[in-house]
Amino acid sequence: MKLKSFLVLMSIGLAACQPNELKTPPGTPGTSASGSLTINGAGATFPYPIYSKWFDEYQKSHPDIHINYQSIGSGGGIKQLTAQTVFFGASDGPMTDAQLQAAPGAILHFPTVLGGVVPVYNIEGVAAPLRFSGALLADIYLGKVTKWNDPAIAQINPGVQLPAADIIVVHRSDGSGTNYIFCDFLSKVSAEFEKKVGVATSVNWPAGVGAKGNEGVSGLVRQTPGAIGYVELIYALQNKMPFGSVQNKAGQFITASLQSVTIAAAGVTMPDDFRVSITNSDAVDAYPIASFTWLLLYQHPTDKARSKAMIDFFKWALKDGQTFAPSLGYAPLPQVVVAKEMQALSKIQ
Amino acid sequence: MKRSSDDRRFRLGTGAFAAFVLLIVVGIAFELTRQSMLSITKFGLKFWTTSTWDPVSGMFGALPFIWGTLYSAVLALLVAAPVALGIAIFISELSPRILRQPLAYLTELLAAIPSIVYGIWGVFVLVPIVRKFEVAMGAKPALGVGMLAAALILAVMVIPFTSSVAREILKNVPSTQREAAYALGATRWEAIKVAIGFGKSGIIGAVMLGFGRALGETIAVTMVIGNAPQVTASLFKPQYTMAAVIANEFSEAADELYLHALIEIGLLLFIITIVVNMLSRLLIWSMKRRVAAPVPVALVAEEVAA
Repeated sequence: MKLKSFLVLMSIGLAACQPNELKTPPGTPGTSASGSLTINGAGATFPYPIYSKWFDEYQKSHPDIHINYQSIGSGGGIKQLTAQTVFFGASDGPMTDAQLQAAPGAILHFPTVLGGVVPVYNIEGVAAPLRFSGALLADIYLGKVTKWNDPAIAQINPGVQLPAADIIVVHRSDGSGTNYIFCDFLSKVSAEFEKKVGVATSVNWPAGVGAKGNEGVSGLVRQTPGAIGYVELIYALQNKMPFGSVQNKAGQFITASLQSVTIAAAGVTMPDDFRVSITNSDAVDAYPIASFTWLLLYQHPTDKARSKAMIDFFKWALKDGQTFAPSLGYAPLPQVVVAKEMQALSKIQ
Repeated sequence: MKRSSDDRRFRLGTGAFAAFVLLIVVGIAFELTRQSMLSITKFGLKFWTTSTWDPVSGMFGALPFIWGTLYSAVLALLVAAPVALGIAIFISELSPRILRQPLAYLTELLAAIPSIVYGIWGVFVLVPIVRKFEVAMGAKPALGVGMLAAALILAVMVIPFTSSVAREILKNVPSTQREAAYALGATRWEAIKVAIGFGKSGIIGAVMLGFGRALGETIAVTMVIGNAPQVTASLFKPQYTMAAVIANEFSEAADELYLHALIEIGLLLFIITIVVNMLSRLLIWSMKRRVAAPVPVALVAEEVAA
């Protein structure tokens, strides 16, 4: 008796499912009768909020285009793009030459928005925003400067009463674009950091403790007296965390803002493949720890219909889409970069 | 005639399921080995014994992770085993009847809490307490995160497993054992000792079950251990575990050798778990031979160890 009623319930359930299944458009590959198109992508977590906003807004005006994005991390995005399981990838660091060669076809980089990384700290009794130089940050993360009242800190922070407390270094434990940008900057300003640590999404930190994600780092810094960490600018802004200013190449101490991050991108000569680091920018008002985040596309995709839809979308993202960036905490691309990208899109055939 | 063919079919069917389990274990071992070949051939045994983990230069040694995993699990066990056994003994032997069910239910509820929730509790509640303790002990620097916090959070997570199984073991001790003890004039404590002695091998199994759980716990540990690969006996220093490094670095590992090294860590964890299980089996087996425990308890013990 029990079994029978169970079976009846099952069949009702199945029947109820069926009409729904018919309604949903078939996913990959190909198009359905109505002409709707699904494009799948995967990659970096940092730009996920703005990407999903873009896909959402774009779908309002183009109901036939469905773009799915999985924020599985830059490394995962590159892997899936190389394996051609997704149509586009996204990464916080440019692909290396070895990675590009491993791909079955030529891959192009397209910057989408900009992000910055800011130092956050927790020193009892110090309310004033601190100043940091690149060399100082490198020495702190190398474990060479260990006290808050170290002359190297006092020298560039005149008038600030610094305690004799230990510096507790906090870094990201998970592989991330934030690590990449931060290490990229420190490697540029410190030969020792470049030699001992280097640049990657995960590195062998010589000092400190690791915490997972922006929230892990900021949580630990907030709890621990004497701690210093680094988080994405967008994260610090959204959580209203105070952060220190960093000295740029021109010698100015710049407090990170969307504007000073955008200026960093305008201050570098852009190569044709857009694979460029913009940390330690030459521009006078640029914030030095800034980076692009990239969309990755095959230059000669076999699926022409999807490719056309993707290019149309991306042109929209470069123009109208950029206006959504500031409200979500991302720095928009400078006009020169947008213009260059518009040209580069014609390379995709 | 028909009956025996039914029997045979039933045996074949269940046998197929049992073989399936074997297939999965062999499949995991094979796949982990295959996908870590680059790292195995490049580093060989040095992977087990060196301490440098540098994705930039492509140098990988897993010793700090192995150390952190075993050390945190052993510490957790030292804290958890007495508490868990205390809970089990109280519930099965001493608790008033009306408290018995609610208490058993509550300990089992602890096992149902997702580990991310333990992790968040660890970060916001446990770590600040540990930090205060470290300051009081004069530890420099007082981080809060580190081996002690990890061991404590693991202990809390392991207690419900160990105590539930130990409780079942004690419940299954035949009442004749206790009655015999009382009849010989034993006090309550002495009668309980008899019951514990009777279920000893099963209780060891319960503790080892907790150990296995502690070895593999990932996210809660990642959040409080400090994630710094180093081999040290210090309770206050940040360390790292095998499961934590995989969780942290797998998603961004794009380089082939790096990926293979991470998967080899998974393989090591697999091997270590198997070895620990085998050792606990051996321990139970040797105890059984010595004590020659009566049949029912021996059966329970075997179930637990599995």
